[in-house]
Amino acid sequence: MSEESIISLKNVNKWFGDFHVLQDVNLEVKKKERIVVCGPSGSGKSTMIRCINRLEEHQEGSIVVDGIELTGNLKNIDNVRKEVGMVFQQFNLFPHLSVKENITLAPIWVKKMPKAEAEELAMRQLEIVKIPEQANKYPGQLSGGQQQRVAIARSLAMNPNIMLFDEPTSALDPEMIKEVLDVMVDLANGGMTMIVVTHEMGFAKTVADRMVFMDEGKIVEEASPDKFFNNPESDRTKLFLSQILHQ
Amino acid sequence: MNEMNEVRKPPVATTGIIGWLRINLFFNWTNSLITLFVIYCLYQFIPWILDWTIFSADFKYNYLGEQITNQEMCSRNLDPENGGACWAVIYVRFYQFIYGFYPKVEVWRVNLAYIMLAFALLPLLYAKLPYRKYFLYFTYIFPVIAYFLLNGGFGFTEVSTNKWGGLLVTLVLGCTGIALAFPIGIMLALGRRSKLPVISMMCTLFIEFIRGVPLITLLFFGMVMLPLFLPEGIDMDGLVRVLVAVTLFQSAYMAEVIRGGLQAIPPGQYEAAKSLGMSYWRMNLLIILPQAIRISIPPIVNTSIGLFKDTTLVIIVGILDLLGIGRGTLADTNWLGLSYEIYFFVSLVFFIFTFGMSRYSLYLEKKLKTGINMGAD
Repeated sequence: MSEESIISLKNVNKWFGDFHVLQDVNLEVKKKERIVVCGPSGSGKSTMIRCINRLEEHQEGSIVVDGIELTGNLKNIDNVRKEVGMVFQQFNLFPHLSVKENITLAPIWVKKMPKAEAEELAMRQLEIVKIPEQANKYPGQLSGGQQQRVAIARSLAMNPNIMLFDEPTSALDPEMIKEVLDVMVDLANGGMTMIVVTHEMGFAKTVADRMVFMDEGKIVEEASPDKFFNNPESDRTKLFLSQILHQ
Repeated sequence: MNEMNEVRKPPVATTGIIGWLRINLFFNWTNSLITLFVIYCLYQFIPWILDWTIFSADFKYNYLGEQITNQEMCSRNLDPENGGACWAVIYVRFYQFIYGFYPKVEVWRVNLAYIMLAFALLPLLYAKLPYRKYFLYFTYIFPVIAYFLLNGGFGFTEVSTNKWGGLLVTLVLGCTGIALAFPIGIMLALGRRSKLPVISMMCTLFIEFIRGVPLITLLFFGMVMLPLFLPEGIDMDGLVRVLVAVTLFQSAYMAEVIRGGLQAIPPGQYEAAKSLGMSYWRMNLLIILPQAIRISIPPIVNTSIGLFKDTTLVIIVGILDLLGIGRGTLADTNWLGLSYEIYFFVSLVFFIFTFGMSRYSLYLEKKLKTGINMGAD
């Protein structure tokens, strides 16, 4: 199984001070697989995906991404980050740059792409997220949903093999959630390997190949969406689902 | 109650000059009283200051029509009832105020340097300047040109820095101090926040040491102790020693100001830059510093203005800047007692430069703010 895995976490442990935030986490993700991670807040789901592109360091166990093991080796970290795109809850666009510059910055400086080519690429990405008309605005002039779509376009411009989404719709007004989810569904249908931390269960049912439920730093249950929603094994999962589905 | 509505008066004017006066100057009776008091004070002060500085002042000749060559010929010393300021002292000593004791034959070099300084500043002042890129190249090489132009070399006869003085020294110290301290300050600020303990500790120690010591002490330190650190046989120029002290002093302050800006950048900006595969330096140069410096513009200009004025302290190590020349002139028996005129002139020159800097910072803030929401989302 591990040969075809593009992401492999083995016995990953991490502590914040005395708090054991990840406890023996094991996860294998295959190419083009779409994983949705859910769980109550503080369960370690964000920390787990942030370990995958080394925004957080794990202290025990091994994480291998696309054949590269994440260690203290800076070159490995840079290589992994080129493979892995990430979208954040708070968008984290660069406020001093226009939308187009936000997208072209990394291709120009990290990939050494000529400026004209990068701008063309940026416009293509903006077409994909359906806001090419906002190219010359600044992030502060856009709505939350538009900003998050720019953030997705910015990640895609680096042509990643894997996309990580850390609660991409949690900071959005309800009306804007759909426009972001639509883009993510398109991306999933296009064959991107995705790990999505979200509470949007509708989205999970539509696109997920596998559901991962976390609680207190552990993976409690891993199952297909069908099984996860209709016939979950653990009581903790049942409780969680009953709370978020029948509020 | 509602019957009162019938006698309600129309709203008072809030637009036009009358409206402005009403809102800002005569809003209620305390406000009006203060306004009247201030107008009275201005009425007393303005005619007097205009009369003293301009209408009754001597510029080159006194009221008898003689050319003034010493303080006894000033109108206000000949006839205390009549005279105003005696600007002749500035007129006579103007060369020293601007160039110090720079040889007259070579003074065109200083003038050329002044003109080039103006050209070097142009691209910084006007973002829309045509061919700005080429002007910027000139700005970068200007310090080198200015060094050879003023000091000598490349076929120019050498002019020892102990002949420099007045505005020339003030500008050399101020511009070099500010220009050098900025990049050093950025490096120190980044270093202090570094995760590498050795670098962070060294930068913190440096900043805290320099900040904890008065500038005067640093100037003495530069004058007396710096040569001890140099290998034997190498003599360091006095002005350079002072420049080193001033630059170190300013860079410590600049570092703290920029560190303040760095702390205002949300962690998400670092994470976004890292997740795009940027290295430490790219992240800082392209994402973090542009935002941090933008936030820090007011305090950066504040400390720069502070330094520009603090350069006057070099007088205690025997370097004659603008204020030093003024004090020297006052010590001259020919011009004893003209301290009002001299200090007024020196203050005015400093004010022109510092006020220019403060307006520039306002312009920068306005320019960089357009279309940018620095908030979280």
